[in-house]
Amino acid sequence: MTAASLEVARPRRRPLGAAPYWLGAAILAALSVSFSDRLPEWMVEYPRAWRIPIEPSISAAMKWLINDATFGLFTFQQFTRSIAWCFNWLLEAAYGVLAEGFTFGKGEDALHIPHVSWIALIIVLVMFARRVGDRGLMLFVGFCFAYLAVFGQWASAMVTLASIVISVPFGVAAGLLVGIAAYRKPWVERAVTPVLDLMQTVPVFAYLVPILFLFGFGPVAAMIATMIYAAPPMVRLTVLALRGVPEEIKEYGRMAGCSQRQHMWKVMVPAAKSGLLVGLNQVVMLSLNMVIIASMIGAGGLGFDVLHALRRLAIGEGLEAGIAITLLAIALDRLSQAAANRPPPAHGSVRAGSWFVRNRLALAALALMVFSMAAGTVVPVITDYPASMTVTTGKFWDHVVQWLNINLYDTITIVKTWLLVNIMLPVKGFMVALPWPVLLGILAFAGWRLGGWRLALLPLALGAFILVTGNWEKAMITIYLCGLSVVIAALIGIPLGIWAAVEPRRRRATLAVIDTLQTLPSFVYLIPVIMLFGVGDFSAMIAVVAYALAPAVRYSIHGLRQVPEHLVEAGRAQGCSRGQMLWKVRLPLALPEIMLGINQTIMMALSMLVITALVGTRDLGQEVFTALAKADTGKGIVAGLCVAFIAITADRLIQAWSRRRKAQLGIA
Amino acid sequence: MTASTGTIKLACKGVWKLFGDHAERVLAETGGAPDDDALRASGVIGAVRDADLEVHEGEIFIIMGLSGSGKSTLVRCLSRLIEPTAGEVLFEGRDLLKANERELMDIRRHKMGMVFQHFALLPHLSVLGNVAFPLEIQGVDRATREARAAEMIELVGLKGREDYYPRELSGGQQQRVGIARSLAVGPDIWFLDEPFSALDPLIRREMQDEFLRLQSVLKKTIVFITHDFDEAIRLADRIAIMQDGAIIQTGTPEEVVTRPATSYVAEFTRDVPRAKVVSAGVLARPGTPGPVVVPAAARIGEVAAQVFDQEQPVGVADADGTPIGVLHRQDVLDILLGREPRR
Repeated sequence: MTAASLEVARPRRRPLGAAPYWLGAAILAALSVSFSDRLPEWMVEYPRAWRIPIEPSISAAMKWLINDATFGLFTFQQFTRSIAWCFNWLLEAAYGVLAEGFTFGKGEDALHIPHVSWIALIIVLVMFARRVGDRGLMLFVGFCFAYLAVFGQWASAMVTLASIVISVPFGVAAGLLVGIAAYRKPWVERAVTPVLDLMQTVPVFAYLVPILFLFGFGPVAAMIATMIYAAPPMVRLTVLALRGVPEEIKEYGRMAGCSQRQHMWKVMVPAAKSGLLVGLNQVVMLSLNMVIIASMIGAGGLGFDVLHALRRLAIGEGLEAGIAITLLAIALDRLSQAAANRPPPAHGSVRAGSWFVRNRLALAALALMVFSMAAGTVVPVITDYPASMTVTTGKFWDHVVQWLNINLYDTITIVKTWLLVNIMLPVKGFMVALPWPVLLGILAFAGWRLGGWRLALLPLALGAFILVTGNWEKAMITIYLCGLSVVIAALIGIPLGIWAAVEPRRRRATLAVIDTLQTLPSFVYLIPVIMLFGVGDFSAMIAVVAYALAPAVRYSIHGLRQVPEHLVEAGRAQGCSRGQMLWKVRLPLALPEIMLGINQTIMMALSMLVITALVGTRDLGQEVFTALAKADTGKGIVAGLCVAFIAITADRLIQAWSRRRKAQLGIA
Repeated sequence: MTASTGTIKLACKGVWKLFGDHAERVLAETGGAPDDDALRASGVIGAVRDADLEVHEGEIFIIMGLSGSGKSTLVRCLSRLIEPTAGEVLFEGRDLLKANERELMDIRRHKMGMVFQHFALLPHLSVLGNVAFPLEIQGVDRATREARAAEMIELVGLKGREDYYPRELSGGQQQRVGIARSLAVGPDIWFLDEPFSALDPLIRREMQDEFLRLQSVLKKTIVFITHDFDEAIRLADRIAIMQDGAIIQTGTPEEVVTRPATSYVAEFTRDVPRAKVVSAGVLARPGTPGPVVVPAAARIGEVAAQVFDQEQPVGVADADGTPIGVLHRQDVLDILLGREPRR
């Protein structure tokens, strides 16, 4: 069936039906900008007098929470600090095992037990990789950790790993329990969903300040921020995985006479295991993504190294530590994915026998690590990779940057200036000059067309919040930066996706690259950008595009791939040329899916924008970032909410469009 | 296979299951008996409508219907996996719908077994673990439950596969595990929800034989769901036929085939070979039998050869051996040719 015959099959509403509205909105916006001097003042710039001071009340509430809130026997702050104390204790233990060793006693006759040997840890990880995966995974994991040792990143990497080892189980457990509650009780799900939306769209920086106040500066605060950031996908994936358990298995559990608890833990959770492990993988990846940001409130390790180097513009050092984070992330990602995708056991693979026999490999690994700690007291090389043998490439990279700056400076500057003058500044000017009632009106109308009055109210309410808190102009700059980046990312990503979707080999290669790019912590993208382009809006945009490109490509590939084969065959049978096939059959059918990719691109661009505040933008991201620097709770949270509201508005509108379009095409 | 007339094990009376927002209100407004129009007007779907049935102890009771006829919903009402909107379900004389959570759990643990269409085996447990699972839930100690499970596995012919995992087994083998598991607790009533529908025709046939063999040993009370009329004829002591949520006829295979209650049932039974369902007793006419006497329950297909081979008329005797008449060749021929039997 070609697109033309699809139209015939569809009742009355033609696909071009929305075009006049788009055009009308564009003309309205353009007119309102060009005649903005004729409009009343309050329409162009939201009057200061109409603002509502929300920030101070939030700050005051925070102060009350810290200073005066009490549970009777103890204050709120004592409560949070005691939680921090518990976590700290665990974290210290993990540091001791992995990074620092333990010291008993003081002074001359103190007994020092060194941390686990680098050799032993690599052996254990490689053996684990062999068990859950293939030889390739084994070699890769070995390579990654050898890199850490050889390039002198081991100590920092172990500090990072220790915090991951402690925070991931808590994040997973919390996510699992909340997910189970949401699965069981619809009202819990209704309550939790908007909270999750906010947790995933409010930039992390926004809640760093309150966490700082409640838990104090240090690794524990960083860890708690990490958990808040990393747990939401676990909740969602838990609900999804439990829902995905076949109905018959649920019924069987009840027919077997399971109590509620037995039903959940003996039937549902094991049956949903592979889905839950995907959640675990997500928690690990997001925790690693947070490593650098967390170092802003006191986490040590690789994140601190990168941040420290970036602040001194020591590109080489930053790059090395950045690569170390990347390798750690990819290695842990591949390991947890392999564990998640491991087929259920085959007969005979589970050795019968006592607990000791069944867990002999894990016990051997444990024994090896304990032994290596003991052996380290005698032979120091076992504990630490000898410093004299480390290699550093920091100098090399510094030279590369120098060379680039000397030889490419002119070219880069020309491109940069041209883009700034001809595209970026005009768009920015347009967005800032656009009267707020016009933009809100257009969004509300789009919402009404796509999803009725509820969806029309959403942009109005969220936009009103941005207005009354006085963040409109910064929000417009955010939209301009984000919008331009998304357009560029789409212009690169969609053609790339189309190119890759056609042929299996290209597709696999492209997806492998995309997968790897997505495991990189967002901060890492800043390093080469600063290297090449210095600071400013342009650098920010490049970093955002690089970070947000992946979903545009991935969803394009996915969308084109899932076009039903019989429609493609029908097109071929009717004699479509390759071009016709793409433009008339594949792309129209793939468009809803591609739009979801654009949606993801927007989400990622917004989250990256806050980080690019480091290179000197002047949008909401900067607002959040400076609030962190000034420890201003109210300002940080309000600006963070503004970013989240932009994200939620875009998300709801695009999702509604995509759903409707899919329904029209009959491919929902 | 004769219709057993033992005590009633499971019965339901006036069971309704309506899906939709105002199901209960619609039922109340129409005095508990909404007709098609009332349902359609309120947008409520009548999955089960006013179902009455009685399952006798030790019989194979088959609920037959096409997809969407409500048979799966009905069996779930009988086991209370789904709460009926109205009606009562009497299990061993007491109303199952009045049992609280705890009592229901106990009944299911000790008295009910269920086999599912897609097997519903737990993927993370071995064959042994799966079969022992219902006992584990009851808190039976490991040694006892595994011994019992091994016994069940042997019963269904999977001895030697105890350590296998479900994904390593064929569909037929997986369903044998499902059967062993449902029998592990020694249930008083055994629900089988389209147990063989997901299997290939040859395997299905083999599993049906296996099922009959098991039943000849175990003598369970069985509620068996199928959409396959041939399967129903082959296995049933009695059949209930469902259409659009209502039971439209209940009877032995012979009754259903020879005296269809509606044209819908007649449509189903049209292609069923009469010789396979009509019993000798039905065709018996007064007369003097020769030396050969067949039981009244015997199917015509099984005795036809003797009727034509014998010089003298073949006699028919009931279960006690009392002669009740003879078979005429013309009657047998009519049945063999698929004509309506002459009365």
